[in-house]
Formats: sequence, C-alpha cells, structure tokens
Amino acid sequence: MPQIDVPLVQGRFGATSRPATWWIQPLAVFLGLGAFIVYSTWAAYQGAFYRFGPYLSPMYSPELFGSAQAWFGPKPAWFPAFLPFSAAFLILWAPGGFRVTCYYYRGAYYKAFWADPPNCAVGEPRKTYWGERTFPLIIQNIHRYFMYLAVIFIGLLSKDAWDGFMNWPDGFHVNIGSLVLLVNVVLLACYTFGCHSLRHLIGGIKDVMSGSPVRKKAYDCVSCLNARHMRFAWFSLFWVGFTDFYVRMCAMSIWHDWRLF
Amino acid sequence: MATATFQIWRGTRESGEFKDYTTPISDGMVVLDAVHQIQAEQANDLAVRWNCKAGKCGSCSAEINGMPKLMCMTRLNQIPLDKPVRIEPMKTFPLIRDLVTDVSWNFEVKKTIRKFKPRKPDAPDGSWRMSQADVDRPQEFRKCIECFLCQDVCHVLRDHHMHGEFIGPRFMIYTAQLEMNPIDADDRLPDLRKSQGIGLCNITKCCTKVCPESIHITDNGIIPLKERVVDRFFDPLGRLFRKFGG
Repeated sequence: MPQIDVPLVQGRFGATSRPATWWIQPLAVFLGLGAFIVYSTWAAYQGAFYRFGPYLSPMYSPELFGSAQAWFGPKPAWFPAFLPFSAAFLILWAPGGFRVTCYYYRGAYYKAFWADPPNCAVGEPRKTYWGERTFPLIIQNIHRYFMYLAVIFIGLLSKDAWDGFMNWPDGFHVNIGSLVLLVNVVLLACYTFGCHSLRHLIGGIKDVMSGSPVRKKAYDCVSCLNARHMRFAWFSLFWVGFTDFYVRMCAMSIWHDWRLF
Repeated sequence: MATATFQIWRGTRESGEFKDYTTPISDGMVVLDAVHQIQAEQANDLAVRWNCKAGKCGSCSAEINGMPKLMCMTRLNQIPLDKPVRIEPMKTFPLIRDLVTDVSWNFEVKKTIRKFKPRKPDAPDGSWRMSQADVDRPQEFRKCIECFLCQDVCHVLRDHHMHGEFIGPRFMIYTAQLEMNPIDADDRLPDLRKSQGIGLCNITKCCTKVCPESIHITDNGIIPLKERVVDRFFDPLGRLFRKFGG
C-alpha cells in the first residue's frame, strides 16, 4: 500500500473547527445507552416483580429457571451459591450481545464511550488505533451468531405478546399491558429484521438475485428496515425498558393495568 | 449590501495562518463564489482548486466550519453568517498551499486494487447478460465523484494517519462496486482483510455523512464487504453449512 511521505499534523483531543455544539450528539448517545445499561442491570438484579397476570417482562423472557411458571422450574440446585441468581442473567446475554455487536451501536458507542472519534472531524484522545482487525474488537465479527439467537427471541416474545391478549383466566382481554407487550415485539422485530448481517445472509451475499424473486423480495424488505435501523434500535431499546417497567409497576400494585375491552 | 466575513487558511506545509476577508454577498451565492470574489478583489495569490462549479468534478473539497464539504455546493444561506465562516484545506492530505492539498495518494491506492475481471461471456458473440436489478447495487457506487471528502473525514486516515494500511471509504466502495458486479469474477476479499485494512473501519458513518452524492457508503458498501470478509474468514459454521448445503 502506498504511504504518504509527508508528516501530517496530529490534532489534539477535541480539536475541531466545528461549532461548539458537536459534543451534544455523543453526549445524548452516552446518556441514552448509559441509562439503559444502569436500568437493565438493576432490573435484572431484582429477580422479582417480572410477572403480572399473563405478562412476562422481556428482560426475563424466556424464563428458564426461577418461578413456578419457568420452563424448567425454580432455581436449580446446581447453581453456584456464591453467584447472585436472577432468571434475567440466564438469558440477557443473548439480546445484549446482539446489541453490543450491532453495526449501528458499534459506531455509536465507539464515539460516545470511547471517543474514537468523539464526533466526525473532531480530534481524538489517543494516538494508537487497532480498529476491529485485532483482539479484542475482532470479536465483533460474531454478530451474525447473536442475530440467529435474536430471531429466536422474536418468536418467544411474540408468544408472550399473544399470551398478553389470550391467556387471561376469563379469556380474551385487551389491556394497556397487552398493547405494551405487542408494541415491544413489533419494535424488536423491526430492529432485528433490519440487521446488516441478516441483510447480507438473506441476499447481499449474492451478486445475482434477479433469478430468485423470493430472495430478492426478502432482501428488499430487510433493506427497507435496514434503512431505519438506527431509529428502530433506539425505539426498541427504550420500549424494552418501558415494558419491563410497566410489568414491574403493575406487579408491585403501583400502576393499574386498565382493560380496554 | 450585505457582507460576510470568511476566515481562510493562508500558507504552506511549513507555516500559515487564518486571514479574515470581508466581502459582499448576494442571494444564491455558494462558498466557492465568495472565495472567487475574494481571490479577484483582495487576494490574487489565493490558491484554490475548482473546476465544474456543479458538484460533479470533486475538485473544490475543503473544510467549511470544520466539516468536509464541496465549496461549490455549500450555499451561504445554509451556514450562519453572523460569525466568520472558516474555510480550511482538507487535513488528511499534505497541504500544497492555501486551500489546495495533494490528493495523489488516492490515485496510487486505486492502482493497488485488483481490476475488473469479467467471467466468460454468456453469448457466442462475446457479450454478457445481466439484469438491472442486479446492477442497481454497484451503480450506486458509480455516483462517486472522487472528491475525497470521505477520505478526509475518516478518522483512521485523518487522526491516525494509517495511509499505508487502510485504503479508506472511497476505495472500499470502489472495491464493493467491483465485488458486487454480476459479471466480475475476481476475488478481492483476502486483500480487503489484509493489505487494505477493512478491519480498521469502526463504522462511525462520518464518510456517509459528508458524501455530496448521498452514497450510503457504510450501510451499502463497507458493511456488506465486512460481512463478505466474515463469511470467508470468521464464520466456520456458515462455511460448513455452505459446503454441505450447497
């Protein structure tokens, strides 16, 4: 590869001719992601108030072990006593890994949390740079495996949303909570099915798609969602937190889950 | 008549400073018009590269109030004029003088990318058949005017000066244009991974943000290439599946 034989000037941290408001966007991302990390960690540690009626908080779904309604029953005897137990810890790594390795979030948190760069055309704090070609960030290439799991989670959360309408003792309900769970799975589906890795695997991998109309249609649908990936990333993140909060408030009898019909 | 003040970088690689020029402005003016006016009336020796004045030649790339932009496509009514407008040369390339930089590194990089290599012709007359639907993707990248604003804003080149290890967003989409071409038969993935440094891109999307042709450089070019590199080098299950699944 050709090199430039003239030494270029290394800008100092924060050096830019951009207007003084360049830091607002990375700060907003920092606060938004930071708030979610703090809330979801706190909510996962609680290990309680995650069920109300047929509702199950998305941070605890699927509930493998924990309550009597869990897939495999209460906390297993083999679980190490020195580790804090919460049903959320057993599953949150999968959607968490999907978001951490997501192409959109990567770009966003490299800027907001690592100042690499702080924003476009703004000087960086470090002189060295490894990028994603060496350890540890080369692990980001695992994203497609988390995507496979995330697709399975969409199925599981769809079942939760279905239960929120159908699984009441006296039959079918439409409550505020039913709609909250429905919106949650719709937003998560829009985010997951707009994934860059899915877009690649469903059609982008091929140079010729015109001979496979189904593949082409699927690629176009994923591309359509992919164009709004950032928007769905934020909406779905907020709504997952809100859904957990809603179920928690109802379970603690602080909020009343109104029935619409 | 309304006036505006422009702070323009004057100097060479060794030394220089911003100088203030106040000039009359009128409706419809772009930054390049103001620079030409200043050059004609106040600073005859001001070095500025330009050609088409229509956003198609990619010559008048500069940094306007800190963001890489084409001077000919930046209208004065799009930028605040209550403060001086700062105009400086691109920082990723060696400065020649004033607003002119030496972008020849880009042309050297282009020579290192494996050229278009068509597969065997589809028809006896030596021609190929392809569908417009398959050509849409690479055609987006052909809109590139080689203004090198994406190269300028990319922090791998701009801040870390890794010109010897990373080809930059412009040549990522050039490679994507060749790789996604339905009749191209060459393989550029090993080069992308090793000598061209695709792993150095950390997807900040600054290149997409500054592209005057609105090419989706990151989403449609770099990330699909990254995924193809993952297919080849980092996805053992996928390779196994394709080997047995066809």
